[in-house]
Amino acid sequence: MNRLSADNVTLGYDQRVIAEQLSVEIPDHSFTVIVGPNACGKSTLLRALSRMLKPSEGRVLLDGQTIHSMPAKKVAKTLGLLPQSSVAPDGITVADLVGRGRYPHQGLLRQWSPEDERVVQESMASTGVAELADRYVDELSGGQRQRVWIAMALAQQTPLLLLDEPTTFLDIQHQIDVLDLCADLHEEQGRTLVAVLHDLNHAARYATHLIAMRDGKVIAEGPPSEIVTADLVERVFGMRCQIIDDPETGTPLVVPAARKGRVRDAVGGLGR
Amino acid sequence: MPARRHALRAAGLLVSLGVLLLVVVASIAIGAKQIPVGDVWHGLFGNTGTDNDVVIRELRLPRTLLGLLAGAALGLAGAVMQALTRNPLADPGLLGINAGASAAVVSAISFFGVTSLTGYVWFAFAGSAAVMVLVYALGGVRAATPVRLALAGTAATAALYGYINAVQIMDTAALDKMRFWTVGSLASASMSTVGQVLPFIGVGIVLALIVARPLNAMGMGDDTARALGAHVNRTRAVAMLAVTLLCGAATAACGPIVFVGLMVPHMVRSFTGPDQRWILPYATVLSPVLLLGADVIGRVVTRPAELQVGIVTALIGGPLFIFLVRRRRMAQL
Amino acid sequence: MKAPESAPKPKAPSQRAQGTPIRALRTAGGLSVRFELRPLVTVVALLVVALAASVVLIGTGDFQIPASDVISTLLGNGSVAHEFIVNDLRLPRVVVGLLVGAALGLSGALFQSVTRNPLGSPDIIGFGQGSTVGALVVIVLFKGSAEAVAYGSLAGGLVTGVLIYLLAWKRGVHGYRLVLVGIGAAAVLTAVNGYLLTKAQIVDAARAVVWITGSLNGRGWEQVGPLFWFCVILIPLVFAYARPLRMLEMGDDVAYALGVRVERTRLVLMTAAVLLTAAATAAAGPVAFVSLTAPQLARRLTRSPGPNLLASMVMGATLLIAADLGAQRVFGADQLPVGVVTGVLGGGYLLWLLAAERKAGRI
Repeated sequence: MNRLSADNVTLGYDQRVIAEQLSVEIPDHSFTVIVGPNACGKSTLLRALSRMLKPSEGRVLLDGQTIHSMPAKKVAKTLGLLPQSSVAPDGITVADLVGRGRYPHQGLLRQWSPEDERVVQESMASTGVAELADRYVDELSGGQRQRVWIAMALAQQTPLLLLDEPTTFLDIQHQIDVLDLCADLHEEQGRTLVAVLHDLNHAARYATHLIAMRDGKVIAEGPPSEIVTADLVERVFGMRCQIIDDPETGTPLVVPAARKGRVRDAVGGLGR
Repeated sequence: MPARRHALRAAGLLVSLGVLLLVVVASIAIGAKQIPVGDVWHGLFGNTGTDNDVVIRELRLPRTLLGLLAGAALGLAGAVMQALTRNPLADPGLLGINAGASAAVVSAISFFGVTSLTGYVWFAFAGSAAVMVLVYALGGVRAATPVRLALAGTAATAALYGYINAVQIMDTAALDKMRFWTVGSLASASMSTVGQVLPFIGVGIVLALIVARPLNAMGMGDDTARALGAHVNRTRAVAMLAVTLLCGAATAACGPIVFVGLMVPHMVRSFTGPDQRWILPYATVLSPVLLLGADVIGRVVTRPAELQVGIVTALIGGPLFIFLVRRRRMAQL
Repeated sequence: MKAPESAPKPKAPSQRAQGTPIRALRTAGGLSVRFELRPLVTVVALLVVALAASVVLIGTGDFQIPASDVISTLLGNGSVAHEFIVNDLRLPRVVVGLLVGAALGLSGALFQSVTRNPLGSPDIIGFGQGSTVGALVVIVLFKGSAEAVAYGSLAGGLVTGVLIYLLAWKRGVHGYRLVLVGIGAAAVLTAVNGYLLTKAQIVDAARAVVWITGSLNGRGWEQVGPLFWFCVILIPLVFAYARPLRMLEMGDDVAYALGVRVERTRLVLMTAAVLLTAAATAAAGPVAFVSLTAPQLARRLTRSPGPNLLASMVMGATLLIAADLGAQRVFGADQLPVGVVTGVLGGGYLLWLLAAERKAGRI
């Protein structure tokens, strides 16, 4: 049995229902990516999996237990989350912020052990922010800041890590940076990663397990090479496309269909 | 879709103007002395010097005009200030205006022996203008950030209230005068007060409406505003000037009426969205509705005595404000 | 003002580990307590100032006592006359001042941290005004004794606290909504206070203004008792929740993900802050701006992120005692209530800091 799953959950805010009777399994040691158009419920699902949102029906299971009835700190030692809305307190340094990820491992009389120190150094090293340790977080670029937040989530040392749109607002090179980092974490440290991503091609390249959602329902799930087809993309995003092999990795690459006029130009160009 | 929303907002503004007209009529017609509608008309347009005519022309009309001006000024100033400091909690009190005016008035009473309300006006005006300049200078002029402005305003307020309280404690006569000025009232309005504040408020309104567009751009941050071609420093200076003129004049004439400037822009934003070009006109029209409406109610509930308008605005506005805060996710700036 | 933290960053990785500014005291048993140097020095320095000011303040009055005599009397070696003046008359006043200042500074830091707004202090969001309504009702309508005024104020503060919390509650209390609801309530309560003042006879109005300003004049051991117990129970409780509060500063979601029980933390801390404010106000009146300025001043001195609870608390006590000393020395004994000076001193100092920061190009 997998460690994290949602079992027949109904999710929503106030009266607005976002998803009904949704069931998903997060395969252990996978890099699972959830994709879908805006407002399909992907972030809502992630919030439910991370116990941020309590399902009105059904339950989310972590290691066989209902996640909402587990002690908060116990969950926080098993499952980490990098939410979209995070605020860096004024005048905080990188090392201090990353250090705050150690919270679930600390107590009133165990506030900063050598272990904490070591994990923080490691987390900063593996996200490439060790050189920034003494800098103020407000001074960093968007890409650096996101790495710092990921380092904080890493310092939590959880076997499961959930990331809500970790690449939003980043430059393309920083997006790839962050995703490479996630892939490393998954491959080298054997952590289970779950991320919500906007870009289908990023998802197809990096995910080992893909969950495609639309209107609060899971349309397909499985390894990208098996499930990403032109038909699926049309069903999920309502967009026609071709699927070719990514020349770099061999994973599926989605090429959106061009408008008619443009196609002809391109063909003319090829014929010459 | 946008065209429809435009039409809807424009229609809403017309409706608001209609409501304002009703409130103005009510403010002229209703009061401690009951005057039939026919006599109201007579007093306004066919003055022959009857008792009722005198009440209408000498008391009710100036009072209504002052309420109209002060209301518009406070609401508009509040909206501009919230946009400027990017702090939805900003109100004229926050940047030290009320404290500046109060400090000047208490000095006028205690040290210069000024006792008439018309005498306070210039002191209050000078006091609030001086504090605004100080706050702006300490807030950093070019480097002014919303938080710095708010902190500078609060710090100035803290220091000034220390002084005001000291004077009140040492000089009981000044306290006796101040306690009535502090609650905010339209009761002593005269045509000469209206004449005194009209030019300041007029200029203030024009300036505030001019900066609506650049303020929109600044709502997205100074850098974005610069990228969009807005003159950030100039806009900030003009907006501060407008706020000083508007609040200074209104506070000078009626005393520190709190809360109108805070609340009305909040209510307005919940249906106009964050566009200053709509927020500012709406705030200008709806704030006098609140102020005059509150004044009318204050005249009626304890008849023949009166409840000061500043007390009524807070008693009505507070619960309404809390209701709005609870009902919806307050519109962020 | 220079910032040592922003000194040139070390480049080589070997140097880096030493540059990390997290310090901790560790024991053999695996226990560890975090501390940072600058905040610690700040707190100690402020404590020294507060104690020194207290000694001078005890010596100040119609009957002047030199500091050395004050200290020996406090240690139990004074003359009989000194013992009466110091222990029965002046010491309780100073203790009330220290406790009130500490309570206000701490509750201000809590409010500002929970609402994530430097203006989210109890005197802005209605609690002070609620206490004032309670006290003014007693003064103006019932012409009650000082003791009755204290109870009135306590009741007013607590009722207001509960009301504001309930009104702001909607699937949890969001900081922003709490501040807005509090401002709405503050406006209503201020109007009620204004109304009560206009209805009062001038003698009662004068008494009311002194109370509203906040004063330590005539405070004795009977004020110390209740306030002391409030502090003894609440302050350790607050510090037990200091670590979750630091996590809350990164947003509810991050705190939640780290295993903080967000809503419970907030409820406990807000309750403690309201109780501290209400108790302090009952003892000395709503001393202006201590809870607003103390945390801001503390954070600028410690230059440390986070709620700075300890530094704010000590800063509050120092500010209040220094202000009272100023009031007594400059204007004569019992002439001017301390609230006048906290406003002038705290506000003026904050203005000066803002100006200094501007020159130094910080912020």
